[in-house]
Amino acid sequence: MITKRIIPCMDVKDGRVVKGVNFENLRDIDSPVTLGGYYSECGADELVFYDITASAEGRRLFSDILVEAAKNIHIPLTVGGGISTLSDFERVLGCGADKVSVNSGAIRAPSIIGVAARMYGSQCVVLSVDAKRVGDGWRVFARGGRDDTGLDLIEWVKRGVGDGAGEVVVNSIDTDGVRGGFDIPMLTAVCEVVNVPVIASGGAGCEEHFVELFRAVPTVDAGLAASIFHSGEVKINELKEKMARAGIPARI
Amino acid sequence: MSAAVTIVDYGVGNMFSLISSFDAVGGSASVSRDPDVVANAGKLILPGVGAFGDAADKLRATGLGDAVKYAAKRGAYLLGICLGMQLLFDRSFEFGEHAGLGLLHGDVIPIADEIPASYKIPHIGWNALSVIRPNAILSESLSGQYVYFVHSYHARVADDSLSATTEYGAPLTAAASCGSVFGCQFHPEKSGRVGMSIIDAYNRL
Repeated sequence: MITKRIIPCMDVKDGRVVKGVNFENLRDIDSPVTLGGYYSECGADELVFYDITASAEGRRLFSDILVEAAKNIHIPLTVGGGISTLSDFERVLGCGADKVSVNSGAIRAPSIIGVAARMYGSQCVVLSVDAKRVGDGWRVFARGGRDDTGLDLIEWVKRGVGDGAGEVVVNSIDTDGVRGGFDIPMLTAVCEVVNVPVIASGGAGCEEHFVELFRAVPTVDAGLAASIFHSGEVKINELKEKMARAGIPARI
Repeated sequence: MSAAVTIVDYGVGNMFSLISSFDAVGGSASVSRDPDVVANAGKLILPGVGAFGDAADKLRATGLGDAVKYAAKRGAYLLGICLGMQLLFDRSFEFGEHAGLGLLHGDVIPIADEIPASYKIPHIGWNALSVIRPNAILSESLSGQYVYFVHSYHARVADDSLSATTEYGAPLTAAASCGSVFGCQFHPEKSGRVGMSIIDAYNRL
């Protein structure tokens, strides 16, 4: 039976892993090379590296670090941040990424999803979305949650998957950093409309929140979090044992 | 002294993780797109992602398909991974009908033909192996161990070459082997310690 995946996410700025609380107040945690190797060994099912630098110099530093980190990572590795063209895909795939996630780049120029899927296959293209409740629905936000795009979350995800995205990361701005649990209504709504894997992000504060996620939204495939793993508050092996005891398939 | 590993570069798939994984087990893997080098190699890896038809065309156009066949027929070790495994079979029905290398026998068919409609496609994630017939790189003890899959097609093995299956609404082919030819539908280079044990075993052959 296929297992539910647990995915630590590392936001990387100036060569260091940081974690934004509500996308602000960044603080240093560790080196991506050390932390990546540690997660690869300790039971994480996949890793995400998110490049949050904006400068060309920062991009080069990130690429160098990615190569070093990827050598020690023997589980799937997704890389995102600042991806908007095929040459961005080529750059990070050449540095050891297995999948590439697009977010604001796809909002600016949606054709990148289809172009990249034809070039590298859908399994390589992850659509990452930051969304927030507005009225009765959810709205897509760009640039790390700063800009309201006016796009409806459900329509945007359907379009992205239709164009060839092989997985979708749904990050709720409303629950991110709050540590009160995942955004169950938002995730339920997304899982109802797509038949590709959906990765839940934003809101995990303890082990119980993952159990609650997989129980409440049985079709969600993975739970992603950052600071609670980096700080050691939630240990991945203990989390997986808790999931298994709760009857949720986990790789132990 | 085991032979160095040659990864066949026919323009499909990412070599980075494969090279790193052989480094990690103390081996050494190099990449080649030269049919002469591939034909004379002692131990080959055929990687691959994407569509079968495109990949088969590239193997033909580069002369690397014939080189791989030649190497396998003279007894070189060959490991196909993911689409690289599917290419070892007789033919595929992915978007039309395409001929494979015919080193393993059977057809590559959509997993949609085998599994209930409620299951997501592709089959992406960690799933458990059931070892049917152990081989030199896949021991019986790997039954129940998790490996990483990403695929929408699988090989329906026509003879007794089936080595392992995985359960996804139906048993899907996870590994096959015949003589010195091996195939893994999953990605051993992305399957943590379990995968690295398979890489290590192949490296030691």
